[in-house]
Amino acid sequence: MRLIPREVETLWTLFTGPVVWALHFLACYAAAAIYCAKASEAPFSFDALRLSLFAITVVALVAILAAAWLSWRQWGFGSGDPPHDAPTRHDRLLFQGFATLLLSGLSFIAVIFVSVPLLFIEVCAR
Amino acid sequence: MTNAASSERTADVQEEDLRRVWANPTGWRYWTSVNNTQIGLWYGSAAFIFMLFAGVLALLVRLQLAVPDNDFLSADMFNQAFTLHGTVMMFLFAVPIFEAVAIFLLPSMLGARELPFPRLSAFGFWSFALGGVFVCGSIFFNAAPNSGWFMYPPLATDKEYSGIGADIWLLGLSFIEVASIAAAVEIIVGIMKCRAPGMRINMMPLFAWYLLIVGGMILFAFPPLIAGDILFEMERMFDWPFFDAKRGGDPLLWQHLFWIFGHPEVYIIFLPAIALMAMIVPTFAQRPIIGYSWIVLAAVGTGFLSFGLWVHHMFTTGLPQISLAFFSAASEAVAIPTGVQIFVFIATMLAGRVIFSLPMLFGAGGLAIFVIGGLTGVMVALAPFDWQAHDTYFVVAHLHYVLIGGMLFPVLAGIYYYYPLINARKLSDRLGKIAFWLMFIGFNVAFFPMHLTGLRGMPRRVFTYPAEVGWDLLNLISTVGAFIFATGVALVVIDILRPKHREPKGKMNPWNAGTLEWISEPEENWGVRSIPIIKSRYPLWDQPGLIDDINKGRFYLPDTQDGRRETLVTSVLDADPVQCLRVGGTSYLTIISALSLGGVFIALTFHWWLLTVLCGIVTLGAILIWLWTGTSEIPKRNERDIGLGVTLPLYVSGPASVGWWAMFITMAGDGTAFASLMFGYFFYWTIHPDFTAGLPGPGAGWPIVAVALFALAWLAMLLARHANANDRVWMARLSLLGSVPITLAACLAGLAGPYLHDMQPTVHVYPAIVWVISLWTVLHGLVAIIMQLYCLAGSFAGRLTASYDADLRNVMLYWHFLMITAMISFGVLGLFPEVR
Repeated sequence: MRLIPREVETLWTLFTGPVVWALHFLACYAAAAIYCAKASEAPFSFDALRLSLFAITVVALVAILAAAWLSWRQWGFGSGDPPHDAPTRHDRLLFQGFATLLLSGLSFIAVIFVSVPLLFIEVCAR
Repeated sequence: MTNAASSERTADVQEEDLRRVWANPTGWRYWTSVNNTQIGLWYGSAAFIFMLFAGVLALLVRLQLAVPDNDFLSADMFNQAFTLHGTVMMFLFAVPIFEAVAIFLLPSMLGARELPFPRLSAFGFWSFALGGVFVCGSIFFNAAPNSGWFMYPPLATDKEYSGIGADIWLLGLSFIEVASIAAAVEIIVGIMKCRAPGMRINMMPLFAWYLLIVGGMILFAFPPLIAGDILFEMERMFDWPFFDAKRGGDPLLWQHLFWIFGHPEVYIIFLPAIALMAMIVPTFAQRPIIGYSWIVLAAVGTGFLSFGLWVHHMFTTGLPQISLAFFSAASEAVAIPTGVQIFVFIATMLAGRVIFSLPMLFGAGGLAIFVIGGLTGVMVALAPFDWQAHDTYFVVAHLHYVLIGGMLFPVLAGIYYYYPLINARKLSDRLGKIAFWLMFIGFNVAFFPMHLTGLRGMPRRVFTYPAEVGWDLLNLISTVGAFIFATGVALVVIDILRPKHREPKGKMNPWNAGTLEWISEPEENWGVRSIPIIKSRYPLWDQPGLIDDINKGRFYLPDTQDGRRETLVTSVLDADPVQCLRVGGTSYLTIISALSLGGVFIALTFHWWLLTVLCGIVTLGAILIWLWTGTSEIPKRNERDIGLGVTLPLYVSGPASVGWWAMFITMAGDGTAFASLMFGYFFYWTIHPDFTAGLPGPGAGWPIVAVALFALAWLAMLLARHANANDRVWMARLSLLGSVPITLAACLAGLAGPYLHDMQPTVHVYPAIVWVISLWTVLHGLVAIIMQLYCLAGSFAGRLTASYDADLRNVMLYWHFLMITAMISFGVLGLFPEVR
């Protein structure tokens, strides 16, 4: 018995990585926008905000890695090469796994891209 | 021998039946056709004509700018011309042309006889055509919108400056957005549920993958603009101050809502064009695409990332630098999936033996131009560079390189490639080559110098400029280039329009392509003669004898039953046949509902209230008749033998049915529009120390009562569905009937809060946003009541029974969304002012 079944019969898993990216992006944008608009009333410093967004970034990256691992497993850990174009359920699953893995990779990079400003920008605006 | 002869005779009879059922009406009734291939052609032609119109406007603009201190156009006419040029190119050409191509190609490409909602496509087309003529026609009455295609307030909310033009823009385009969402529903459900048996998702043509993503993007990109349009029109019509800074509003909210739509829109335009390339490149490399999964990565990745870019149009509005940096980073990241596609094409070409044909010429030329536009895009995505280049001709150059390279050239490649599907003949190779070189050279001569004029400081949208600032020569060159480019376009038009009936018909599949759309015969309306079993990504290459078997009717649904138009519904992942769907046939109802809905929008523009109401009633009536006579019909038999020993149900309900998915998709878009209004509410909260400005709110009491009543009505609906499913008819009817007054009470309670607290929407933006969110929810409640009564009537008429309950289950889905909407809207309106 597995916690997450090996074969997930849905199209939705394909979008896991990008959805995590979108949530992370929204969190960063909304948190910074609200903080900067309400900076005078904020009970914590901008650095504290950056640190918590860093924490969220780590969570997002871990979530994407988890999705990547699951899709890697669905892809049979790379046991077969693309193009996965045979008219069988097996190849359809391999394709889903591989495509999801690729998207997880892109989402991972995109999350890092979006979190870079947190490293370098120390104030809302100067 | 006799057996073979008799089966051939049967096939002939079936073919005649099929032809008769799918025939378009003749004479002037031809315009009541709903066949998707027909609608696709009309749609495409109309979009192309709008493009030519907007192109002429661009030439007028270029003529005016050819020399300094020119007086060819007045300042105001110039403003109207460039505004309409941008508006028409984006809303009436770029987006609709892809909807047209998709509606035209998808049925045969997916091996479907028809997409699931042909009447919806017809409705979308007529909405689009009417809205388009209305918007374009305004310039002949000197009443065109004149404040830029993005309609920024406060310029566009200034009635003295913008006149009626802004209303025409807002209402005309809202109407066209309805058409886009209708097309998105048709395309998404079609791709997910109507693929030929065996066409699993790993074997779907890449065009379908792209269009699936683009359909999803439309659902999340267009509704924010619709929400923005509502706020904007409320300000113009009733002086609700959403964008008026003096009364707490903020013009920046419009910019947010516009660009949350506007940036994904660039990719909504670009992805389908690239999708055409993904069909063309393998054909002319004569091999399967390399990196199918990578294209899927690129399509999905771009689709998502494109929603994280909108603020890069707002780099100079004074937002916090940290916000700018997030969007700058995402804007750079989107270059990755965009680049992947181009490398996939190059790899496919390198691995195959490329035949350099005309479609490839347009495609390759377009990609070269697009890459330059992409590179300047990476430049302007950097906030510091953008601060210099913003609002200069550098941006004009950038966006035209992106759109003409990334969209217009690939679309022309597509026209040259797919023309044989329309007319069984190719377009002229010689004319096409001349046209390409005129366009390619003309384009670069026109737009490359604009980078320099921009860097020299020439701002966008000025109607003239003085002689001594050093912009003269560059502008003159641009104008000359524009006319060379236009000559090329004119050649394409001549080539398309010149009579070809004397030329011999070409053979089917003249380019030797591998994908299924090439089985389509221009003279036939039935999509496919029989619905094949697909075993390859390139079935025409890999499945020998396929065309013959299809055309001899050896696969599914080679015949008709009860004289009805039918198509096959299959499962999402593996495309196993699940239902034989009867689709709507020729009808006036689509035209009547589109034209009367258009009447609503046009009458609103001129504040003819009575006519608005009248048209609204006609629209509602037409849609109800359409639903009653054309949907969820109980078939005479439950099942249908579709051939090859397979029998399928004719009626399904719930998530297995296409109607349920259409409702789900529509409500996802509807939910996005609602989320945009809520975004507005919180936006006003962030920009003010006290966003209520000390004014009374709706209080907590009435909103909570409203939520409770909505919940009660929702429970009554659940009970109705449950009772109906268990064949307890009277219980179901009573619950349906009972939920009507409860819903009505919920609506009244929703309005009671702002009404009883005397919230004046014209005084300040806080009461205005509270009113608009309440009205949105209440309006949905009223629609729910119509649905409840419709189901009740269905139950009495015997159209809604325990086993035929599609209507009720779809309405229930609507209610789930309504319940979420009510909880969020009244929850926030009532409680947020208390807890903040």
